[in-house]
Amino acid sequence: MFYREAGQYNTTYEKDMQVFPIKQDKIGIAIWLVLAYLFVPFFGIPGLEYGFAMNAIMIPVLIFTITTIGLNILVGFTGQISLGTGAFMGVGAYACYKLTSYFPDVNIIVLILASGFVSAIVGALFGLPSLRIKGFYLVVATLAAQFFLEWCFIRVGWLYNYNASGAIEVPQREVFGWIVTGPSAEPVTRYLVVLSILIFLAIIAGNLTRGRIGRSWMMIRDMDIAAELIGVRPLTAKLSAFAVSSYFIGVSGALMVFMWLGAAEVESFDVNHSFLYLFMVILGGLGSITGSFMGAAFIWTFPIVLKELGKSWFGINATVMENVSLVAIGVMIVVILIAEPHGMARLWQIIKQKLRIWPFPH
Amino acid sequence: MTATDSYVTPDGRTIGGVMMEMKNITLRFGGVVAIKDISFDIREGEIRAIIGPNGAGKSSMLNVINGFYHPQEGEVWFRGEKRPSMKPYQIAAQGIARTFQNIALFHGMTTVENVMTGRQLMMKKNFLWQMLRVGPAMAEEVVHRRRCEEIIDFLEIQHIRKEPVGNLPYGLQKRVELARALAMEPKLLLLDEPMAGMNVEEKEDMSRFILDVNDQYGTTIALIEHDMSVVMDLADRVVVLDYGKMLADGTPDEVQKNQAVIDAYLGVEH
Ligand SMILES: Nc1ncnc2c1ncn2[C@@H]1O[C@H](COP(=O)(O)OP(=O)(O)O)[C@@H](O)[C@H]1O
Ligand SMILES: [Mg+2]
Repeated sequence: MFYREAGQYNTTYEKDMQVFPIKQDKIGIAIWLVLAYLFVPFFGIPGLEYGFAMNAIMIPVLIFTITTIGLNILVGFTGQISLGTGAFMGVGAYACYKLTSYFPDVNIIVLILASGFVSAIVGALFGLPSLRIKGFYLVVATLAAQFFLEWCFIRVGWLYNYNASGAIEVPQREVFGWIVTGPSAEPVTRYLVVLSILIFLAIIAGNLTRGRIGRSWMMIRDMDIAAELIGVRPLTAKLSAFAVSSYFIGVSGALMVFMWLGAAEVESFDVNHSFLYLFMVILGGLGSITGSFMGAAFIWTFPIVLKELGKSWFGINATVMENVSLVAIGVMIVVILIAEPHGMARLWQIIKQKLRIWPFPH
Repeated sequence: MTATDSYVTPDGRTIGGVMMEMKNITLRFGGVVAIKDISFDIREGEIRAIIGPNGAGKSSMLNVINGFYHPQEGEVWFRGEKRPSMKPYQIAAQGIARTFQNIALFHGMTTVENVMTGRQLMMKKNFLWQMLRVGPAMAEEVVHRRRCEEIIDFLEIQHIRKEPVGNLPYGLQKRVELARALAMEPKLLLLDEPMAGMNVEEKEDMSRFILDVNDQYGTTIALIEHDMSVVMDLADRVVVLDYGKMLADGTPDEVQKNQAVIDAYLGVEH
């Protein structure tokens, strides 16, 4: 009754090629936007303390959604694998830090978006082995990249301006009179900046993946030999995927430090985080932008919710619940990998399919 | 008949001069000689069949033509010029498309998306436009999409346009693969056993499509096929291979009467 495409015919290919060709989907997106821009900034998440809702949930989820979209471009759309995500976020963050010290007067949002280019270049460089090796060997190569970059974050003092602490600390910056970074930046300001950058980047990802370049990625993923015989250069396709993916990941790293953590050391970019982002991609759905939103939100909030429930309902302490949620997520990953490689995005589609024919079962 | 002569077939199609010439091709894999000193040509507009028992070197020959294998000896001439060693994607750009013996579709993509991949080389709008996907980029996408939809209609696969190809039955997958090759608007189309594993009805459909492609688009076709009756119906000329060696080359009638062919191939099981 509610979710129907009956009677909605696409009369032109432009209409047929829209992201959300069905009217109900468009309404859904409109509601999402209204909630994100008009409801959350004023009320946060109902039932939760406002600062907690913003700082512990909304802002990190939005930032990790960018990370997940970026990693999904590489893993889900191009079929390459990477365990270097944490470090590539670090590249974006350190690049942004250096840029702010070299160009203190330039708009911080411009610098954040620019720092992605540094990680794009580094990502493409570390993507070079993918031209020769696949699967397990590529995993090892990206792991090597991860550890090499971590080493740089510790050893190369220039990266953190030779701070005694070894950490990068975010300076205060204003955009049009609003403080957007530094300790005095309001959560709502940071939230709105992150939200807008996410929407901007998600649209770009959607556009790229549906056009010529996205098809070349998927061709490489599905059957690289046939792709080459049809005219795709593996070099161009793979390296562009590494570069674009690392751009997204780098921007998300800069956002993570500048809009959320406020300061960071190498631990924020370690290999455990790389795994976390990979889980977000897998659970959300390989090769799905919508899935990236779901995966990031789920993996981030699930342990928080579980911890809260454990405490208030059963009086179980937080560390125990943390382990419980790790195990639960592990099980979910295994189940998803075996039963439904397209993750939550696919489940969502199935639900919509069911709604489409509801209340008739066939 | 010389290389540049053209002639008219009994059914009224004009066959042009030589498009592709294989000269003394030898291809080895370690100790295995897959192709041994074979020469033949393909003329503009003709349907050329390559037949022979399993392991005869037929697929290897197509792989040499589209640059996937590089022969140790011999030359490939295309449109009057000796072809230097090229990458497969460069040969694709020259207008040579193919289908595969073991279907090589992009399984995570739908039928339309698979067919659209055939337009890859013709799409020129750069990264920035692809990011924006408006104006010229959208216009380009629409132009190519329209062309792909025509091909989809032509091959009568409209009903599976939005289906992920991984779920399709074998016969339809073969057809989608042909659609993808056609979307490249090739000058030379290589078909590796396009009817293998099909029932009689599907074979008839596929034969009709192959003839229509040749007739309507003027596409030159080289195909590998086991079913002799199909070959006799479709092909203008036939090359017969046997364990890497050439047994015969001629019209279907000539080949069928050739004693060596009868002994080696037709007479025995095939
Ligand atoms: N990539 C390869 N590596 C090693 N041997 C190969 C390869 N491709 C083909 N061959 C060998 O070459 C011979 C011809 O194979 P093929 O061209 O596939 O035959 P056909 O298509 O006529 O059945 C076979 O003996 C096969 O084992
Ligand atoms: Mg073969």
